Amino acid sequence: MALEAQGDVFPATRYSVISAARSGDPTERSQAIDAITTFYWKPVYKYVRLRWSLDAEDARDFTQDFFLHLIEKDFLESYDPSKGRLRTFLRTCIDRLFLNQSRDAHRLKRGGVPARQAIDFDEAERELSQMVQQPSSSPASPEDYFEKEWVRTLFALAVEQLRLHCESAGKLVHFELFAGYDLYLYDHQPKPSYASLAAKFNLSVTDVTNYLAFARREFRRCVLQKLREMTGSEEEFRREAQSLLGVQPK
Amino acid sequence: MRWLSDHVLSQLQASVQLPDLAGTRYRAVRFLARGGMGTVWLAEDAVLGRAVALKILELDTASGELAARLSREAMVLAHLEHPGIVPIHDAGTLPDGKPFYCMKYVQGQSLDQSLPPTLPERLRLLQRIAEPLAFAHSRGIVHRDLKPGNIMVGAFGEVLIMDWGLAKITKITEDALHKPDTSLSIVAEHRPWPSPTPSDEVPPTAHGRILGTPGYMSPEQARGDSGLIDERTDVYALGAILRFMMTVKLPKKEASRAFNLRPLNAISEKAMTADPVQRYSSVQELSADVGRYLQGDPIVAYQEGVIERALRLYARHRTAVVLVLAYLIMRALFILFSRQ
Repeated sequence: MALEAQGDVFPATRYSVISAARSGDPTERSQAIDAITTFYWKPVYKYVRLRWSLDAEDARDFTQDFFLHLIEKDFLESYDPSKGRLRTFLRTCIDRLFLNQSRDAHRLKRGGVPARQAIDFDEAERELSQMVQQPSSSPASPEDYFEKEWVRTLFALAVEQLRLHCESAGKLVHFELFAGYDLYLYDHQPKPSYASLAAKFNLSVTDVTNYLAFARREFRRCVLQKLREMTGSEEEFRREAQSLLGVQPK
Repeated sequence: MRWLSDHVLSQLQASVQLPDLAGTRYRAVRFLARGGMGTVWLAEDAVLGRAVALKILELDTASGELAARLSREAMVLAHLEHPGIVPIHDAGTLPDGKPFYCMKYVQGQSLDQSLPPTLPERLRLLQRIAEPLAFAHSRGIVHRDLKPGNIMVGAFGEVLIMDWGLAKITKITEDALHKPDTSLSIVAEHRPWPSPTPSDEVPPTAHGRILGTPGYMSPEQARGDSGLIDERTDVYALGAILRFMMTVKLPKKEASRAFNLRPLNAISEKAMTADPVQRYSSVQELSADVGRYLQGDPIVAYQEGVIERALRLYARHRTAVVLVLAYLIMRALFILFSRQ
């Protein structure tokens, strides 16, 4: 997917996992399911832990089941972008699958998530524990938490994409500045000044301003690119972009 | 994939919304406000080391109606050098193609956030709002979006009229805006600033377009009748602001004081008459009537009755009236007792 040269313009590519997942090409379809799994496994896992109070083991099984159903039952075929957001549709599918399985008293424990990515359920458990330990940051409902996890995953994947992009472009300093100023390196610490960052990275303050602007510009594009992939329609994409980044379409 | 805490997530969301100021003399500090055309950011001018406000168009294009309107607003501000109008320092286009202008950062509160506690103070404030307006009118500029949210009272009590994005420029100043003016303190540092070409001038004041804020918008403005829009359009809005000042609850102590509000209602009604011809012909006239009310003089907009006139005169000359009355009573008592 090509990145735009300048500005907060929307990615030119109109790639969406929805259209790819419905594709007749098995490779494209498989890649789309992989992308959905990578994006959604954590929100799904955490959601069922909270919403349906599943224990960790059952939540793992259910999460794997869910993505298998996504492929085998062609859940996505019934998704109509004009009727709602993709993630709301998926959350409804989760609830429906859970209720069906509960009714049948039959939970499939087939294992094996179709994604080729490593899925670390222990990591998700640690994150859940952190949330429980910080009740002030707890969302009002499991549905809200699902939304929040969706945003968190979107930004986390975009950060990773930015890192790879900066690495390949030989601009790792740009990423490190971004990480130092806008990200986790200084989490819960006072924000460093541009001057202190300039001294640390042996740059001028103007360079710090410009490098950070570059990284933020690239990061915005990465978020928009991921957003484009994970939304079901142009309208949804634009609405989410406005809400998350304050970006308005032309 | 690294997990992002809530703190980092919110920080990240805020920082990616920061404007792209690479290559400029400004550093974004924080978001201040969102308006119809764009966003306003608190920024630091790195060269002069001072806080400024940047108004940035949200769209990343230097062309089009909104960009032309922002450009026009900058030009209007540059031509209105008055203590009651926020001064502009700079204008240009950011690296991502978004037009912006830089203005003084006003620390204070808008009228819809805070009003003076007493009615006389509110009325004097209204008179001060009329001053920069009158100046703008004398330069052929009508604000067209006057409302409490666009009037700031600064940290030193100064009154500033903000947001001139909908200003209508009459033909007198229109010519001046097209000539390169040495007094124009705009420095387009980065990319060419979208100049207001004749085609750009049409949309903001085009006939049939409705621009403004309901409640403060005159009937001719609501109809989109641009031909009828002149300084009396701002008179209407000032009348609506007077009504707002009278409507917003006064503190208990102040409310217990007896004010005859009929003259003020009459001033507001006259200013807000549907027919522009029946309104005050200028904001100075409106302000003068408010001044007369404050001094206890009869006002133009209201025909008072005999009792009201007597009460007004009593209120204005209370000490003298009391002294005369006391003298008359003592005199009467003296005569009465001397006869006995």
